[in-house]
Amino acid sequence: MSTPGRLFAAQFRRELVATMRSLQEALNPLVFLFLAITLFALGVGVEPETLGRHAPGIIWVLVLLSNLLALEGLFRRDFDDGTLEQLVLLGEPLFLPVLAKVAAQWCVSGLAMTLLAPLAALLLYLPADALGVTLLTLLTGSPALTLFGAVGAALTVGLRRGGVLLALLILPLYVPTLIFGAGAITLAMAGSDVSAQIYLLTAISMLSVTVAPFAVQAALRISLEQS
Amino acid sequence: MHDGLLQIAGFCCERDGRVLFEALNLNLGRGDALELRGPNGSGKSTLLRAIAGLYPDYSGTIETAESLYLGHRPGVSALLTAAENLAWYGALRPGDTEVEAALERVGMTGYERVACQHMSAGQQRRVALARLLVCAAPLWLLDEPLTALDRSGQALVRSLIEGQRQAGGAVLCATHQPLELADGRVLDLEARR
Repeated sequence: MSTPGRLFAAQFRRELVATMRSLQEALNPLVFLFLAITLFALGVGVEPETLGRHAPGIIWVLVLLSNLLALEGLFRRDFDDGTLEQLVLLGEPLFLPVLAKVAAQWCVSGLAMTLLAPLAALLLYLPADALGVTLLTLLTGSPALTLFGAVGAALTVGLRRGGVLLALLILPLYVPTLIFGAGAITLAMAGSDVSAQIYLLTAISMLSVTVAPFAVQAALRISLEQS
Repeated sequence: MHDGLLQIAGFCCERDGRVLFEALNLNLGRGDALELRGPNGSGKSTLLRAIAGLYPDYSGTIETAESLYLGHRPGVSALLTAAENLAWYGALRPGDTEVEAALERVGMTGYERVACQHMSAGQQRRVALARLLVCAAPLWLLDEPLTALDRSGQALVRSLIEGQRQAGGAVLCATHQPLELADGRVLDLEARR
Protein backbone atom coordinates (compact mmCIF):
# COMPACT_ATOMS: atom_id res chain seq x y z
CA MET A 1 0.00 0.00 0.00
CA SER A 2 1.13 3.50 -0.73
CA THR A 3 1.51 6.00 2.01
CA PRO A 4 -1.11 8.78 1.79
CA GLY A 5 1.54 11.42 1.17
CA ARG A 6 3.09 9.49 -1.67
CA LEU A 7 -0.26 8.87 -3.27
CA PHE A 8 -1.18 12.56 -3.11
CA ALA A 9 2.22 13.72 -4.36
CA ALA A 10 2.30 11.25 -7.26
CA GLN A 11 -1.14 12.31 -8.46
CA PHE A 12 -0.41 16.02 -8.03
CA ARG A 13 2.83 15.75 -9.99
CA ARG A 14 1.14 13.74 -12.73
CA GLU A 15 -1.55 16.38 -13.16
CA LEU A 16 0.90 19.26 -13.31
CA VAL A 17 3.08 17.49 -15.88
CA ALA A 18 0.03 16.68 -18.00
CA THR A 19 -1.16 20.30 -17.73
CA MET A 20 2.23 21.66 -18.77
CA ARG A 21 2.12 19.45 -21.86
CA SER A 22 -1.32 20.71 -22.84
CA LEU A 23 -0.81 24.28 -21.74
CA GLN A 24 -3.10 25.76 -24.34
CA GLU A 25 -6.08 23.96 -22.87
CA ALA A 26 -5.26 25.31 -19.44
CA LEU A 27 -4.85 28.84 -20.76
CA ASN A 28 -8.14 28.95 -22.68
CA PRO A 29 -10.34 29.73 -19.66
CA LEU A 30 -7.94 32.50 -18.60
CA VAL A 31 -7.99 34.02 -22.06
CA PHE A 32 -11.79 33.77 -22.01
CA LEU A 33 -11.90 35.57 -18.67
CA PHE A 34 -9.69 38.34 -19.96
CA LEU A 35 -11.60 38.75 -23.21
CA ALA A 36 -15.00 38.74 -21.51
CA ILE A 37 -13.87 41.43 -19.09
CA THR A 38 -12.64 43.51 -22.02
CA LEU A 39 -16.02 43.10 -23.71
CA PHE A 40 -17.78 44.32 -20.57
CA ALA A 41 -15.55 47.35 -20.49
CA LEU A 42 -16.50 48.07 -24.10
CA GLY A 43 -20.18 47.19 -23.79
CA VAL A 44 -21.13 48.84 -20.52
CA GLY A 45 -19.37 52.05 -21.44
CA VAL A 46 -16.20 53.64 -20.32
CA GLU A 47 -17.51 55.93 -17.56
CA PRO A 48 -15.36 54.97 -14.59
CA GLU A 49 -18.31 55.56 -12.24
CA THR A 50 -20.71 53.04 -13.82
CA LEU A 51 -18.11 50.46 -14.60
CA GLY A 52 -16.49 50.61 -11.18
CA ARG A 53 -19.85 50.16 -9.45
CA HIS A 54 -20.60 46.98 -11.40
CA ALA A 55 -17.05 45.64 -11.37
CA PRO A 56 -17.39 43.29 -8.35
CA GLY A 57 -20.33 41.45 -9.86
CA ILE A 58 -18.79 41.34 -13.34
CA ILE A 59 -15.50 39.96 -12.07
CA TRP A 60 -17.11 37.28 -9.94
CA VAL A 61 -19.66 36.13 -12.52
CA LEU A 62 -16.96 35.84 -15.17
CA VAL A 63 -14.71 33.93 -12.78
CA LEU A 64 -17.57 31.47 -12.21
CA LEU A 65 -18.10 31.01 -15.94
CA SER A 66 -14.41 30.61 -16.75
CA ASN A 67 -14.19 28.04 -13.98
CA LEU A 68 -16.98 26.12 -15.61
CA LEU A 69 -15.06 26.19 -18.86
CA ALA A 70 -11.93 24.89 -17.15
CA LEU A 71 -13.74 22.14 -15.29
CA GLU A 72 -15.43 20.50 -18.23
CA GLY A 73 -12.25 18.75 -19.23
CA LEU A 74 -11.13 17.85 -15.72
CA PHE A 75 -11.82 14.12 -16.02
CA ARG A 76 -12.53 13.84 -19.74
CA ARG A 77 -9.11 12.84 -21.00
CA ASP A 78 -8.55 10.32 -18.22
CA PHE A 79 -11.99 8.87 -18.86
CA ASP A 80 -11.29 8.42 -22.55
CA ASP A 81 -7.88 6.79 -22.23
CA GLY A 82 -8.87 4.47 -19.40
CA THR A 83 -6.63 5.89 -16.69
CA LEU A 84 -9.71 7.02 -14.76
CA GLU A 85 -11.04 3.49 -14.37
CA GLN A 86 -7.59 2.36 -13.26
CA LEU A 87 -7.47 5.19 -10.74
CA VAL A 88 -10.83 4.15 -9.33
CA LEU A 89 -9.69 0.51 -9.14
CA LEU A 90 -6.19 1.04 -7.78
CA GLY A 91 -6.08 4.41 -6.06
CA GLU A 92 -7.24 3.50 -2.56
CA PRO A 93 -8.11 5.57 -0.62
CA LEU A 94 -9.55 7.31 -3.65
CA PHE A 95 -10.33 10.68 -2.06
CA LEU A 96 -6.59 11.43 -1.85
CA PRO A 97 -5.78 11.26 -5.56
CA VAL A 98 -9.09 13.00 -6.24
CA LEU A 99 -8.12 15.82 -3.90
CA ALA A 100 -4.69 16.00 -5.55
CA LYS A 101 -6.24 16.19 -9.00
CA VAL A 102 -8.57 18.98 -7.95
CA ALA A 103 -5.77 20.81 -6.16
CA ALA A 104 -3.68 20.77 -9.33
CA GLN A 105 -6.69 21.99 -11.28
CA TRP A 106 -7.17 24.83 -8.79
CA CYS A 107 -3.56 25.93 -9.26
CA VAL A 108 -4.09 26.44 -12.99
CA SER A 109 -7.61 27.88 -12.76
CA GLY A 110 -8.60 29.34 -9.39
CA LEU A 111 -5.17 30.52 -8.37
CA ALA A 112 -4.34 31.79 -11.85
CA MET A 113 -7.62 33.73 -11.97
CA THR A 114 -6.87 35.22 -8.57
CA LEU A 115 -3.56 36.48 -9.90
CA LEU A 116 -5.25 37.79 -13.04
CA ALA A 117 -7.76 39.77 -10.98
CA PRO A 118 -5.70 42.96 -10.56
CA LEU A 119 -5.51 43.28 -14.32
CA ALA A 120 -9.25 42.75 -14.60
CA ALA A 121 -9.85 45.30 -11.85
CA LEU A 122 -7.76 47.81 -13.75
CA LEU A 123 -9.83 47.40 -16.91
CA LEU A 124 -13.07 47.82 -14.97
CA TYR A 125 -11.99 50.90 -12.99
CA LEU A 126 -12.29 49.08 -9.70
CA PRO A 127 -11.17 51.53 -6.98
CA ALA A 128 -7.61 50.73 -5.97
CA ASP A 129 -8.45 50.40 -2.27
CA ALA A 130 -10.79 47.46 -3.04
CA LEU A 131 -8.06 45.58 -4.89
CA GLY A 132 -6.72 43.75 -1.84
CA VAL A 133 -10.20 42.56 -0.90
CA THR A 134 -10.81 41.38 -4.47
CA LEU A 135 -7.71 39.23 -4.32
CA LEU A 136 -8.67 37.93 -0.90
CA THR A 137 -12.23 36.98 -1.89
CA LEU A 138 -10.98 35.14 -4.98
CA LEU A 139 -8.27 33.37 -3.02
CA THR A 140 -10.64 32.17 -0.31
CA GLY A 141 -13.63 31.55 -2.56
CA SER A 142 -12.13 29.86 -5.61
CA PRO A 143 -11.26 26.52 -3.93
CA ALA A 144 -14.97 25.98 -3.40
CA LEU A 145 -15.62 26.73 -7.09
CA THR A 146 -13.13 24.10 -8.22
CA LEU A 147 -14.21 21.49 -5.69
CA PHE A 148 -17.97 21.78 -6.19
CA GLY A 149 -17.35 21.96 -9.92
CA ALA A 150 -15.37 18.73 -9.80
CA VAL A 151 -18.46 16.94 -8.49
CA GLY A 152 -20.43 18.06 -11.54
CA ALA A 153 -17.55 17.22 -13.87
CA ALA A 154 -17.36 13.72 -12.39
CA LEU A 155 -21.10 13.19 -12.83
CA THR A 156 -21.14 14.34 -16.45
CA VAL A 157 -17.86 12.83 -17.65
CA GLY A 158 -19.60 9.83 -19.23
CA LEU A 159 -21.90 12.02 -21.31
CA ARG A 160 -20.70 13.15 -24.70
CA ARG A 161 -22.20 16.63 -24.44
CA GLY A 162 -22.25 17.29 -20.75
CA GLY A 163 -21.40 20.98 -20.96
CA VAL A 164 -24.84 22.49 -20.48
CA LEU A 165 -25.83 19.91 -17.91
CA LEU A 166 -22.64 20.69 -16.03
CA ALA A 167 -23.61 24.36 -15.88
CA LEU A 168 -27.11 23.50 -14.67
CA LEU A 169 -25.73 21.24 -11.97
CA ILE A 170 -22.99 23.47 -10.66
CA LEU A 171 -24.07 27.08 -11.04
CA PRO A 172 -26.69 26.86 -8.24
CA LEU A 173 -23.95 25.55 -5.93
CA TYR A 174 -21.88 28.61 -6.79
CA VAL A 175 -24.52 31.09 -5.63
CA PRO A 176 -23.38 31.50 -1.98
CA THR A 177 -19.78 32.02 -3.07
CA LEU A 178 -20.87 34.58 -5.65
CA ILE A 179 -23.02 36.51 -3.15
CA PHE A 180 -20.36 36.74 -0.46
CA GLY A 181 -17.52 37.26 -2.93
CA ALA A 182 -19.07 40.10 -4.91
CA GLY A 183 -20.72 41.47 -1.76
CA ALA A 184 -17.42 41.76 0.06
CA ILE A 185 -15.85 43.80 -2.73
CA THR A 186 -18.85 46.13 -2.89
CA LEU A 187 -18.67 46.63 0.86
CA ALA A 188 -14.94 47.27 0.67
CA MET A 189 -15.59 49.97 -1.95
CA ALA A 190 -17.93 51.62 0.56
CA GLY A 191 -15.22 51.42 3.17
CA SER A 192 -16.88 48.81 5.41
CA ASP A 193 -15.32 45.90 7.22
CA VAL A 194 -15.47 42.67 5.20
CA SER A 195 -14.00 40.11 7.58
CA ALA A 196 -17.38 38.38 8.02
CA GLN A 197 -17.64 37.76 4.27
CA ILE A 198 -14.07 36.51 4.06
CA TYR A 199 -14.68 34.12 6.96
CA LEU A 200 -17.82 32.83 5.27
CA LEU A 201 -16.01 32.30 1.96
CA THR A 202 -13.28 30.43 3.79
CA ALA A 203 -15.87 28.34 5.60
CA ILE A 204 -17.57 27.40 2.32
CA SER A 205 -14.20 26.40 0.87
CA MET A 206 -13.32 24.35 3.94
CA LEU A 207 -16.68 22.62 3.74
CA SER A 208 -16.07 21.78 0.09
CA VAL A 209 -12.61 20.37 0.87
CA THR A 210 -14.09 17.97 3.39
CA VAL A 211 -17.20 16.96 1.44
CA ALA A 212 -16.49 17.28 -2.28
CA PRO A 213 -13.71 14.67 -2.69
CA PHE A 214 -16.05 11.97 -1.38
CA ALA A 215 -18.85 13.14 -3.64
CA VAL A 216 -16.45 13.18 -6.61
CA GLN A 217 -15.35 9.66 -5.74
CA ALA A 218 -18.95 8.40 -5.70
CA ALA A 219 -19.80 10.29 -8.89
CA LEU A 220 -16.81 8.83 -10.74
CA ARG A 221 -17.88 5.31 -9.76
CA ILE A 222 -21.37 5.97 -11.08
CA SER A 223 -20.05 7.41 -14.36
CA LEU A 224 -17.74 4.44 -14.92
CA GLU A 225 -20.41 1.90 -14.10
CA GLN A 226 -22.65 3.40 -16.76
CA SER A 227 -20.02 3.22 -19.47
CA MET B 1 -11.91 -17.64 1.32
CA HIS B 2 -9.41 -20.51 0.93
CA ASP B 3 -6.64 -20.50 -1.64
CA GLY B 4 -9.01 -19.79 -4.52
CA LEU B 5 -8.28 -16.46 -6.14
CA LEU B 6 -11.67 -16.07 -7.76
CA GLN B 7 -14.96 -17.71 -6.86
CA ILE B 8 -18.10 -16.85 -8.76
CA ALA B 9 -21.38 -18.47 -7.79
CA GLY B 10 -24.76 -18.09 -9.42
CA PHE B 11 -23.71 -15.11 -11.50
CA CYS B 12 -26.67 -13.72 -13.42
CA CYS B 13 -26.55 -10.63 -15.55
CA GLU B 14 -28.90 -8.95 -17.94
CA ARG B 15 -28.06 -6.06 -20.20
CA ASP B 16 -30.39 -4.06 -22.42
CA GLY B 17 -33.07 -6.73 -22.03
CA ARG B 18 -30.80 -9.59 -23.06
CA VAL B 19 -29.76 -12.28 -20.62
CA LEU B 20 -25.98 -12.55 -20.77
CA PHE B 21 -25.36 -14.92 -17.89
CA GLU B 22 -27.60 -17.34 -16.11
CA ALA B 23 -26.19 -18.95 -12.99
CA LEU B 24 -22.56 -18.94 -14.02
CA ASN B 25 -20.19 -20.68 -11.61
CA LEU B 26 -16.48 -20.22 -11.95
CA ASN B 27 -13.43 -20.92 -9.77
CA LEU B 28 -9.85 -19.95 -10.34
CA GLY B 29 -7.01 -21.06 -8.07
CA ARG B 30 -3.28 -20.46 -8.04
CA GLY B 31 -1.63 -21.20 -11.37
CA ASP B 32 -4.93 -21.32 -13.25
CA ALA B 33 -5.58 -19.67 -16.58
CA LEU B 34 -8.97 -19.40 -18.21
CA GLU B 35 -9.65 -18.17 -21.71
CA LEU B 36 -13.00 -16.54 -22.18
CA ARG B 37 -14.33 -16.89 -25.71
CA GLY B 38 -17.52 -15.91 -27.40
CA PRO B 39 -18.88 -13.70 -30.15
CA ASN B 40 -19.11 -9.91 -29.82
CA GLY B 41 -21.74 -8.94 -27.31
CA SER B 42 -21.72 -12.27 -25.53
CA GLY B 43 -20.74 -10.66 -22.24
CA LYS B 44 -17.00 -11.26 -21.98
CA SER B 45 -16.18 -7.66 -21.13
CA THR B 46 -19.19 -7.35 -18.84
CA LEU B 47 -18.04 -10.36 -16.82
CA LEU B 48 -14.50 -8.98 -16.52
CA ARG B 49 -15.76 -5.54 -15.51
CA ALA B 50 -18.07 -7.10 -12.94
CA ILE B 51 -15.18 -9.03 -11.41
CA ALA B 52 -12.97 -5.94 -11.44
CA GLY B 53 -15.68 -3.99 -9.63
CA LEU B 54 -16.66 -1.66 -12.46
CA TYR B 55 -20.07 -3.14 -13.16
CA PRO B 56 -22.41 -3.69 -10.19
CA ASP B 57 -25.57 -4.60 -12.06
CA TYR B 58 -25.62 -8.36 -11.48
CA SER B 59 -26.89 -10.93 -9.01
CA GLY B 60 -24.91 -13.78 -7.50
CA THR B 61 -21.65 -13.61 -5.58
CA ILE B 62 -18.14 -12.78 -6.70
CA GLU B 63 -15.30 -13.31 -4.27
CA THR B 64 -12.02 -12.20 -5.65
CA ALA B 65 -8.45 -11.60 -4.60
CA GLU B 66 -6.79 -8.30 -5.49
CA SER B 67 -6.92 -7.99 -9.23
CA LEU B 68 -5.50 -5.98 -12.10
CA TYR B 69 -7.83 -5.13 -14.93
CA LEU B 70 -6.64 -4.41 -18.46
CA GLY B 71 -9.59 -3.25 -20.51
CA HIS B 72 -10.27 -1.96 -24.00
CA ARG B 73 -9.00 1.43 -23.01
CA PRO B 74 -5.32 0.85 -22.34
CA GLY B 75 -5.04 3.10 -19.30
CA VAL B 76 -2.07 4.94 -20.76
CA SER B 77 -2.11 8.72 -20.66
CA ALA B 78 -1.10 10.13 -24.03
CA LEU B 79 0.49 13.25 -22.54
CA LEU B 80 2.86 11.37 -20.27
CA THR B 81 5.91 9.33 -21.19
CA ALA B 82 6.01 5.57 -20.77
CA ALA B 83 8.10 5.91 -17.61
CA GLU B 84 5.82 8.60 -16.14
CA ASN B 85 2.74 6.49 -16.78
CA LEU B 86 4.26 3.50 -15.06
CA ALA B 87 5.70 5.50 -12.18
CA TRP B 88 2.18 6.77 -11.49
CA TYR B 89 0.86 3.23 -11.41
CA GLY B 90 3.71 2.23 -9.14
CA ALA B 91 2.68 4.96 -6.73
CA LEU B 92 -0.97 3.84 -6.80
CA ARG B 93 -0.16 0.23 -6.09
CA PRO B 94 3.51 -0.59 -5.59
CA GLY B 95 4.65 -4.02 -6.81
CA ASP B 96 8.18 -5.40 -6.79
CA THR B 97 9.20 -4.69 -10.39
CA GLU B 98 10.93 -1.42 -11.19
CA VAL B 99 9.70 0.72 -14.08
CA GLU B 100 12.83 0.22 -16.21
CA ALA B 101 12.76 -3.54 -15.70
CA ALA B 102 9.08 -3.70 -16.63
CA LEU B 103 9.65 -1.67 -19.81
CA GLU B 104 12.55 -3.92 -20.74
CA ARG B 105 10.38 -6.99 -20.22
CA VAL B 106 7.78 -5.70 -22.69
CA GLY B 107 10.41 -4.68 -25.22
CA MET B 108 10.06 -0.95 -24.76
CA THR B 109 13.58 -0.08 -23.64
CA GLY B 110 14.57 3.27 -25.09
CA TYR B 111 11.02 4.60 -25.01
CA GLU B 112 11.11 5.73 -21.36
CA ARG B 113 11.13 9.39 -22.30
CA VAL B 114 8.82 9.26 -25.29
CA ALA B 115 5.35 10.72 -24.79
CA CYS B 116 2.78 8.01 -25.37
CA GLN B 117 0.90 10.16 -27.89
CA HIS B 118 3.84 9.64 -30.27
CA MET B 119 3.58 5.86 -29.95
CA SER B 120 1.66 3.41 -32.11
CA ALA B 121 -1.37 1.60 -30.72
CA GLY B 122 0.68 -1.56 -30.29
CA GLN B 123 3.41 0.26 -28.40
CA GLN B 124 0.85 1.85 -26.09
CA ARG B 125 -0.54 -1.62 -25.53
CA ARG B 126 2.92 -2.80 -24.49
CA VAL B 127 3.17 0.02 -21.97
CA ALA B 128 -0.22 -1.06 -20.64
CA LEU B 129 1.12 -4.61 -20.30
CA ALA B 130 4.11 -3.33 -18.35
CA ARG B 131 1.63 -2.04 -15.81
CA LEU B 132 0.75 -5.64 -14.91
CA LEU B 133 4.35 -6.06 -13.79
CA VAL B 134 4.71 -2.71 -12.03
CA CYS B 135 1.54 -3.09 -9.96
CA ALA B 136 1.48 -6.86 -9.32
CA ALA B 137 -1.69 -8.60 -8.14
CA PRO B 138 -2.56 -12.30 -7.82
CA LEU B 139 -5.38 -12.12 -10.34
CA TRP B 140 -5.16 -10.64 -13.82
CA LEU B 141 -8.29 -9.75 -15.76
CA LEU B 142 -7.33 -9.19 -19.38
CA ASP B 143 -9.82 -8.02 -21.96
CA GLU B 144 -8.50 -8.89 -25.42
CA PRO B 145 -4.85 -8.21 -24.59
CA LEU B 146 -3.71 -9.22 -28.07
CA THR B 147 -5.41 -6.24 -29.75
CA ALA B 148 -3.03 -4.20 -31.92
CA LEU B 149 -0.02 -6.34 -30.99
CA ASP B 150 2.36 -7.81 -33.55
CA ARG B 151 3.49 -11.43 -33.52
CA SER B 152 6.22 -10.90 -30.97
CA GLY B 153 3.82 -8.90 -28.85
CA GLN B 154 1.38 -11.78 -28.84
CA ALA B 155 4.16 -14.13 -27.77
CA LEU B 156 4.97 -11.62 -25.04
CA VAL B 157 1.40 -11.76 -23.71
CA ARG B 158 1.60 -15.53 -23.57
CA SER B 159 4.90 -15.50 -21.72
CA LEU B 160 3.63 -12.84 -19.29
CA ILE B 161 0.60 -15.02 -18.55
CA GLU B 162 2.81 -18.08 -18.02
CA GLY B 163 5.05 -16.04 -15.72
CA GLN B 164 2.05 -14.92 -13.69
CA ARG B 165 0.87 -18.53 -13.34
CA GLN B 166 4.29 -19.74 -12.27
CA ALA B 167 4.40 -17.01 -9.65
CA GLY B 168 1.22 -18.47 -8.18
CA GLY B 169 -1.23 -16.06 -9.75
CA ALA B 170 -4.22 -16.64 -11.97
CA VAL B 171 -5.31 -15.14 -15.27
CA LEU B 172 -8.76 -14.68 -16.74
CA CYS B 173 -8.49 -13.56 -20.32
CA ALA B 174 -11.14 -12.67 -22.87
CA THR B 175 -9.83 -13.26 -26.37
CA HIS B 176 -10.82 -14.10 -29.92
CA GLN B 177 -7.46 -15.54 -30.90
CA PRO B 178 -6.63 -18.81 -29.12
CA LEU B 179 -3.83 -18.32 -26.60
CA GLU B 180 -2.84 -22.01 -26.64
CA LEU B 181 -1.70 -22.01 -23.06
CA ALA B 182 -0.31 -25.14 -21.44
CA ASP B 183 -3.30 -26.86 -19.74
CA GLY B 184 -5.27 -23.61 -19.86
CA ARG B 185 -9.03 -23.89 -19.52
CA VAL B 186 -11.44 -22.41 -22.02
CA LEU B 187 -14.92 -21.11 -21.33
CA ASP B 188 -16.90 -20.61 -24.51
CA LEU B 189 -19.84 -18.34 -23.83
CA GLU B 190 -21.58 -19.26 -27.06
CA ALA B 191 -21.50 -22.99 -26.29
CA ARG B 192 -23.22 -22.31 -22.96
CA ARG B 193 -26.36 -21.05 -24.61
